[in-house]
Amino acid sequence: MKQNKLNAPHPHPRPRAGLLVGSLRSNIVGRSLTRFTLTCLLASLTSTLAFAGVKIEHWIAPSGAKVYFVETRVLPILDVQIDFAAGTAFVPAAKSGLASLTQSLLETGAGDLDEEQIAGKLVDIGARLGGGVDNDRASISLRTLATKPEREAALELLRTVLSAPTFPPSALERERGRTIASIREAETRPDAIAGKRFAMAIYPDHPYGVVPTVDSVSAVTREDIAAFHRSHYGAKGAIVSIIGDVSRAEAEAIAQRLTEALPAGGGDLVPPPVKKPLRGTIKIAHPAAQSHVHIGLPAIRRSDADYFPLLVGNYSLGGGGFVSRLMKEVREKRGYAYSVYSYFAPRKLEGPFEIGLQTKREQVGEALKVVDQVLTEYMAKGPTPQELAAAKKNLADGLALRMDSNAKLLGYLSAIGFYGLPLTYLDDFPAKIKAVTAEQVKAAFARHVKAENLVTVIVAAD
Amino acid sequence: MKPLLAACAMLAFAVSPAPTLAGPLASTFETRLANGLRVIVKEDRRAPTAVHMVWYRAGSMDEKDGTSGVAHALEHLMFKGTKNLRAGEFNKRVAEAGGRDNAFTSRDYTAYFQIVPRAALPQMMKLEADRMANLTLDAKEFAAEIKVVMEERRLRTDDNPHALVHEALNSVLFQAHPYRRPIIGWMDDLEHMSWQDARDWYQQWYAPNNAYVVVVGDVDHREVFRLAQKYYGPLKAHALPQRKPQNEPEQAGIRRVSVKAPAKLPYLAMAWKAPRLKDVHSDRDPYALDVLASVLDGHDASRFARNLVRGTRVAQSVGAGYDPTLRGEANFVVDGQPAEGKTIADLEAALRAEIKRIQDEGVSAEELARVKIQSIAAQIYKRDSLMAQAMEIGGVEAAGQSWRDIDTLLEKIKTVTSEEVQAVARKYFTDDTLSIAVLDPQPVDQSKPKKPSGAVRH
Repeated sequence: MKQNKLNAPHPHPRPRAGLLVGSLRSNIVGRSLTRFTLTCLLASLTSTLAFAGVKIEHWIAPSGAKVYFVETRVLPILDVQIDFAAGTAFVPAAKSGLASLTQSLLETGAGDLDEEQIAGKLVDIGARLGGGVDNDRASISLRTLATKPEREAALELLRTVLSAPTFPPSALERERGRTIASIREAETRPDAIAGKRFAMAIYPDHPYGVVPTVDSVSAVTREDIAAFHRSHYGAKGAIVSIIGDVSRAEAEAIAQRLTEALPAGGGDLVPPPVKKPLRGTIKIAHPAAQSHVHIGLPAIRRSDADYFPLLVGNYSLGGGGFVSRLMKEVREKRGYAYSVYSYFAPRKLEGPFEIGLQTKREQVGEALKVVDQVLTEYMAKGPTPQELAAAKKNLADGLALRMDSNAKLLGYLSAIGFYGLPLTYLDDFPAKIKAVTAEQVKAAFARHVKAENLVTVIVAAD
Repeated sequence: MKPLLAACAMLAFAVSPAPTLAGPLASTFETRLANGLRVIVKEDRRAPTAVHMVWYRAGSMDEKDGTSGVAHALEHLMFKGTKNLRAGEFNKRVAEAGGRDNAFTSRDYTAYFQIVPRAALPQMMKLEADRMANLTLDAKEFAAEIKVVMEERRLRTDDNPHALVHEALNSVLFQAHPYRRPIIGWMDDLEHMSWQDARDWYQQWYAPNNAYVVVVGDVDHREVFRLAQKYYGPLKAHALPQRKPQNEPEQAGIRRVSVKAPAKLPYLAMAWKAPRLKDVHSDRDPYALDVLASVLDGHDASRFARNLVRGTRVAQSVGAGYDPTLRGEANFVVDGQPAEGKTIADLEAALRAEIKRIQDEGVSAEELARVKIQSIAAQIYKRDSLMAQAMEIGGVEAAGQSWRDIDTLLEKIKTVTSEEVQAVARKYFTDDTLSIAVLDPQPVDQSKPKKPSGAVRH
């Protein structure tokens, strides 16, 4: 039954349907943050996708789209995701917000359908559209029952919104207004301010660091959106991921059907090179009880050979939850924070490394000292043999539970496709993890986490 | 027979034909140990993993004034070591097994879980059984951890305007019932909590006869029952404190509360008293209210999104929620933020008009059909997640129903008529049982970023 929203702020009227059902957290207080868990999950999502035996099939559709497919017949469901190189990095700063508006307006009108008809059709067949936009990519995902009438109707709808969106001016006007209101609201929230300022500070003069403003969103026109769709939602750059209760032949037909009418644009787009920032601290006043701290820099590309050493190494530093050094020193020993973590979020270009925490503002100086000691020590000496063994064991043995659902596998398929990882990536994963040495971890951290580039952002600083 | 599940080709068990869409009854089993501990196992063999959960029937509603938050504080302390295990060792063992673990506290219960490769299940059961009886609580660990809890409160509530609004709403919505207290506890209570408060809580409520175990995953239920006997079986039951009903007196008149906090958009939450589900078979109103919530805010085509966000555009966001499966008093909440240029009064009037329309006209056959479809699809999609299935079983049990009722709950939803929805809309949505909380946004004078550029100061 539906959870009461008493403790769940910000109900969203048009949820971008997550693929897993059920919000576990309303009216619930947990031991560690959902957001924290998600951060860890996301950090490992683009990475850990191996399990011996999962058969990923891959082909190029006649349309030019790259297709990744896993046939699984146990549940009568079908998941499809299409990724385009249409993230926020491909938009001029003066129009920041364009990428997200384009993606979110797809389902506000397409072909002969208006947005009420689209929403109604989806609901009538029990299907869900989801997706999102990050720096690199825009994703649209569909979950549907695999029974033929429902599946056919859902796929037809997905094809229409992808290929023939009408971007109705009135929906644009409304969503622009709502986006602007959200930006103004976010300007009052210490966590949102900290996240935004951190991105701006570690990516000066780079599209990864550009965040939407009231002005930039106001400047987005319907013509901009239609043009962005034409140039960035093409079949040539599209990655189609399919998992569920369909055959290979059916999957081939689905992939072609979804991409054959896409615009001509797209392809292997790459944003301009990233420049490293200079070390420094940004303090932003805010009346909050807690200071929100982000420390980090642009670190690695998804294609970097240091990916595995950094994944393993970060586990012991701040990625492994309660067994990580940051959690032990900052939270367990001193009670300075509820949530403290570190992660690498690799992207096409150098994605961020970040250490984050929130602490009572009076003690932020002390907490920062502890973080600095932990990081400095770790950079100098790397993980202990025990830490290294524990990290490898968790990452390798834990693989099973990071891919025990269609929804999780779908994420892995799209990551393999979008970042061009080898199809054997799954099978290779445990061996790659186990091969990492302490020296490699140390060397990789020295290469990618240079002290002279570390930026600290503190919101609600005294 | 359908082809092998490719994703689970590594499983010996994947040779089975595709299961039908039967509900949880098909593969769920229950036993009860002599000490009162119940063990519920759902076999789901798509992948070689398992979820192990221990649920205690002790939540914030069982606390006393002055020690609010102790249920949640104890949840934190459950990771701080036992007679057999040093502090932090629990997490370490789970991590080494390739698993992840966490815990959460609600008004009705406290629950702990591990998600692990199936081979690690026996060890997880051993660990949970150990801390069910052997927790070592000391002043030193408590002193550090209670600071963590206070940081959690600052993060979740004190710096979160909407959470403050809901805290205030609960405190007027309920006067006698313990749901009036925040789960995380009042800050002043946290500041004055002692390690003995936590110890007392543990000694009173943590016992096999006040707990149940839920296991979902790639397991054989007979083997899990055997392991449960081995690890949990030796634990001693003990008498539990008396639970008094603490029923809320009837509300007679609207209650309003407002909260000032740094924000830009105002926020409104309206809560009406509503019945909880008591008898799965004979109750009708809770099902009708559940359908009502879904008609208002169950999906993208529901009335609130269609009419208030996309239609009249009076709302930036809006929602409705009703949870009848709980131990205490239920309520029906609608909430939202007015769109820019609209006021709280505009939004309140629009929300009331939506409810009035259902009071006057009921709901359409198409809307009822959509509720059913959504409900069926959600159940099928839920089977893609072990955790969602374990939570469903645990949640129903926490409210005093049985996992055996899950199918019935879904079937009952499908029998609700337009007249019933109209009737509950008339019966429960009256101002006499309404409480309203609003956020009065305050300027964040210090929050202006100093420079719009990304330049870094040295």
